[in-house]
Amino acid sequence: MKNLVILGAGTAGTMMANHLVKKLPKNEWQITIIDQYKTHYYQPGFLFLPFDIYTEDQVKKVGKKFIPKGVNYIQKKIELISPEANKVTLENEEIINYDLLIVATGSKIAPDEIEGMKGPEWHKSIFDFYSYEGAKALRDKLRSWEGGKLVVHITEMPIKCPVAPLEFAFLADSYFRNKGMRDKVDITYVTPLDGAFTKPKATKALHHLLVEKGISEVTNFNIERVDYENNKIIDYAETEVDYDLLVTVPTNMGDALIERSGMGDDLNFIPTDKNTLQSKDYENVFVIGDATNLPTSKAGSVAHFEAEILEENILKYIKGEPLDASFDGHANCFVETGNGKALLIDFNYVQEPVEGTFPIAGIGPMQLLKENRMNHMGKLAFRWVYWNMLLKGVPIPFVSANMSTKGKKIEA
Amino acid sequence: MKKLIANREIDVNEEGYLTDFTQWDREIGKGIAEESNITMTDKHWEVIEYLQDKYHKEEPLSVRGIKKSGVIDIKEFYNLFPGGPLKISTKIAGIPKPKSCI
Repeated sequence: MKNLVILGAGTAGTMMANHLVKKLPKNEWQITIIDQYKTHYYQPGFLFLPFDIYTEDQVKKVGKKFIPKGVNYIQKKIELISPEANKVTLENEEIINYDLLIVATGSKIAPDEIEGMKGPEWHKSIFDFYSYEGAKALRDKLRSWEGGKLVVHITEMPIKCPVAPLEFAFLADSYFRNKGMRDKVDITYVTPLDGAFTKPKATKALHHLLVEKGISEVTNFNIERVDYENNKIIDYAETEVDYDLLVTVPTNMGDALIERSGMGDDLNFIPTDKNTLQSKDYENVFVIGDATNLPTSKAGSVAHFEAEILEENILKYIKGEPLDASFDGHANCFVETGNGKALLIDFNYVQEPVEGTFPIAGIGPMQLLKENRMNHMGKLAFRWVYWNMLLKGVPIPFVSANMSTKGKKIEA
Repeated sequence: MKKLIANREIDVNEEGYLTDFTQWDREIGKGIAEESNITMTDKHWEVIEYLQDKYHKEEPLSVRGIKKSGVIDIKEFYNLFPGGPLKISTKIAGIPKPKSCI
């Protein structure tokens, strides 16, 4: 009997368990998935929790429910990966040996990386919304906040879901408008990038929306520290931005396990072949989702597309065949723009987001890079799709793992 | 597109980054630096060499990476290349603008 071990039962790990249990012969392979946490969070929902659009119950479920029968599920902390010895050490020194390892340990916020961020004002006047605790604390704060300077801030790239802070700013605009207090709130968007987003065409479209909603932008801001006593953030060029309420996206890092195991880069992300998803250092270790260092967005949709490619390559690897399934960096993100509208972007390593129709060329019903209600419905429907299709490894109709250029207005 | 830098025709992209590193030498670097009103010193060149070395090893460049470079700290980096230090220094180094932004 051979052992395939998956580390992490989040979006990517759970999907891989569901994909592989259907494909690997049960008399030859035992699949084990390990994760210390009992709860599986619907992370895209953390954006809606602060604005009372989603409730707590809508963003979390017991993780075990999504692990298929026939997969050995261990809810324990992972202490160490020893890739040279093909083994994983769990808490209480328990050893799990593997023939094939899939690392899906994700990324998390590291507010300790910036001086003054996780200080006495953390979750009092300085919030994140990338953790369940942060999003919930922020919701409670917003319910009674009387207005002032709201600063939405990105610490450094890469971050999970790079559009989320923009969506937060847009939704904040709607939220305060609906509460009849938009005139009491000044919203500023502060980013280390030189524009609203990382790709030119989308940056242009999103910049227009910021202007339209009266949100000011501070770009090229590389934060050095938070001066929580005087309510301001300060960057290396000594630019200062004042806040009353700071909503920041702290540095995103791979799990500390990766650092302990000596397998990551500066941010604990694992060097991974961007096409095959095999780790660069160990041929029997594959990496998926936010845990990789791939030059594409860290997002659930990316993990979903990667899972289809990785399934193929794992089966090929087992048969000793060349790993010729190739991931193209495909990402697909709904961008909530407030007032019941959203826009949609679809892109990959080489093709930046452009206008067009999606998923069916010429028909839609969704529109790329344009705000409309249908896109917003798509985003809300996605929560159902996530729990009922995505995690279970069910393919999404009309949406292929590699990006389709059909229906996109691509300039020659 | 072509651009005249240090009296030579050099291939650059729309933002002025070299598209062919083999055309680079210190004279070119100096020419690009002057456009940003930077006078190159030994410390500047040390940073440029570090960036080029990272680029040739295909290691991603980031402000965070600078902190761990052992060559310079971030404050100094901002002092040497005021404004957007990573963007300006990579242009002077003749290498692509970093895509740390995904």
